[in-house]
Amino acid sequence: MNKARRNPLNTAAAHLILLTYTVIALFPVFVILINSFKTRKAIFREPLALPSAETFSTIGYETVFKQGDFFLYFQNSMIVTVCSLFFILLFGAMAAFALAEYRFRGNTLMGLYLALGIMIPIRIGTVAILEMMVATGLVNTLLALILVYTAQGLPLAVFILSEFMKQVSDDLKNAGRIDGLSEYTIFFRLVLPLVRPAMATVAVFNMIPIWNDLWFPLILAPAEATKTLTLGSQVFIGQFVTDWNAVLSALSMAILPVLILYVIFSRQLIRGITSGAVK
Amino acid sequence: MTALKLSNVCKSFGKTEVLRNIDLEVDEGEFVVFVGPSGCGKSTLLRVIAGLEDATEGSVEIGGEMVNQVPPAKRGIAMVFQSYALYPHLTVEGNMALGLKQEGQPRAVIEERVAKASHMLSLEDYLKRRPSELSGGQRQRVAIGRAIVREPKLFLFDEPLSNLDAALRMKTRIEIASLHKALDASMIYVTHDQTEAMTLADKIVVLRDGAVEQIGAPMELYNNPANRFVAGFLGAPSMNFLPAETLGGAAGHTIGIRPENLRIAEDGQISGTVAHVERLGGDTHLLVRTPAGDEVTVRIFGQSQIQRDAEVTLAYDPAEAYVFDADGARV
Repeated sequence: MNKARRNPLNTAAAHLILLTYTVIALFPVFVILINSFKTRKAIFREPLALPSAETFSTIGYETVFKQGDFFLYFQNSMIVTVCSLFFILLFGAMAAFALAEYRFRGNTLMGLYLALGIMIPIRIGTVAILEMMVATGLVNTLLALILVYTAQGLPLAVFILSEFMKQVSDDLKNAGRIDGLSEYTIFFRLVLPLVRPAMATVAVFNMIPIWNDLWFPLILAPAEATKTLTLGSQVFIGQFVTDWNAVLSALSMAILPVLILYVIFSRQLIRGITSGAVK
Repeated sequence: MTALKLSNVCKSFGKTEVLRNIDLEVDEGEFVVFVGPSGCGKSTLLRVIAGLEDATEGSVEIGGEMVNQVPPAKRGIAMVFQSYALYPHLTVEGNMALGLKQEGQPRAVIEERVAKASHMLSLEDYLKRRPSELSGGQRQRVAIGRAIVREPKLFLFDEPLSNLDAALRMKTRIEIASLHKALDASMIYVTHDQTEAMTLADKIVVLRDGAVEQIGAPMELYNNPANRFVAGFLGAPSMNFLPAETLGGAAGHTIGIRPENLRIAEDGQISGTVAHVERLGGDTHLLVRTPAGDEVTVRIFGQSQIQRDAEVTLAYDPAEAYVFDADGARV
């Protein structure tokens, strides 16, 4: 920012607001983390206290690793999230490119149709989806989840990406055509790198709901071999007794991969290699 | 041999007609400029020639071959875009080589042609840089280089200078002219700037509303415009148009006089008041308002001491004036 426009009071106020928000946003995570390292009694006695020498305990993590196949759940969640994101971005970007780039009859209508899903929650169709999965024998497979999440994520992806693709310079695509690049090369090599920030936005939007979802794993893939992390953690929550140590430990570990994915994508958001293509 | 032949080319987007019955021949080695106001269809015509748009009707022949069904890359053309359109992920060298690589040229040929083109455009020191590390003028040279290395039958330029500042524009204009001489290639150049058209062209094609108004050498169009539109479009400041009745002509006709053909004289045919004076040093432009409310631009060579609000009479030689009928056609 320009020095002349920098008012110390404004800067301080802005920082204060941002810091307050950061604290509010991070507080639940912080509470989960500290309590996951405490004994059960300590959790209930003083939930906000940091673990001390007396209250420190890794019993929660031990339970998690002993009971149930935590690593398998973890792996399942990872596979489902990464594959779904991959397909959402791939097919979403392809559809968006077609809508933004080619003039054909019913273009606008097709765009509206593809975006319609934003307004209709996919959970309304749960029964039908379950019936379909039973009919195709996909129940209790990770593929079932990947398919459903891809369908769930596509409308917003198409909507956001087609807006961004319209902004990619026509000249650049035409230059590629004159140089003999195929439409696929133009799409993958010229257009996709330029809409990378939009792709990262779509990825972040979709990643967290998929990772945290309990609904579809519970209905479509509740088998031991296909349980996701969120579903797996539910074994510690009983109707009468809840093993809070284990739940908090499982949650603490579940935060980690999303955090890593988020860092990867947000770097893409910031990185600007796009300058210089067109004036 | 003809480098390009357009016969009865029409283009419409849905119900909107953008190009109407365009016929044109470009000889080998000729520099042809398409000029016209924005929205006249000149860029669309270029894109039809390039194959980026399909002609709704008519045929496009490049180098004696009908290319209506041929994809852009196989038409033997190269195009330079207004926005440069360089590939951001490739170096200058990569940008120039990509088209040749796609054609499957051997590496030795690619290297030789890139070296030749970069020498011609003094880009040797920048070959390893990416477009984002270049200035506007350098980027435009890379874009031209990318066209040169392909050794096309036909060069297409789509307003290549309009993103450059005035000084650089003139420099690049001269470079393009000398490039045309050095390569002896056929070139088509689209611009809305009549100065570029006049200075570069062997042949100017004036377009309006998707139709050709007139085709000819720059001076031919300047001295002998077919209609009022062409007369008014070429030349700066542009031609003055006065109702013929005020000067003793037929009713409904218009008389056109170029600003440099008017002079201040005691016994002039046009009288009026000086409404504005523009002093350019070498020239002085007067805006004279006649009692009937018409405005006339007068170009006086050198510096004139005339002041605003002065009463003047202007004389012209009827032999240097143009007469147009009510439809704008030359009489």
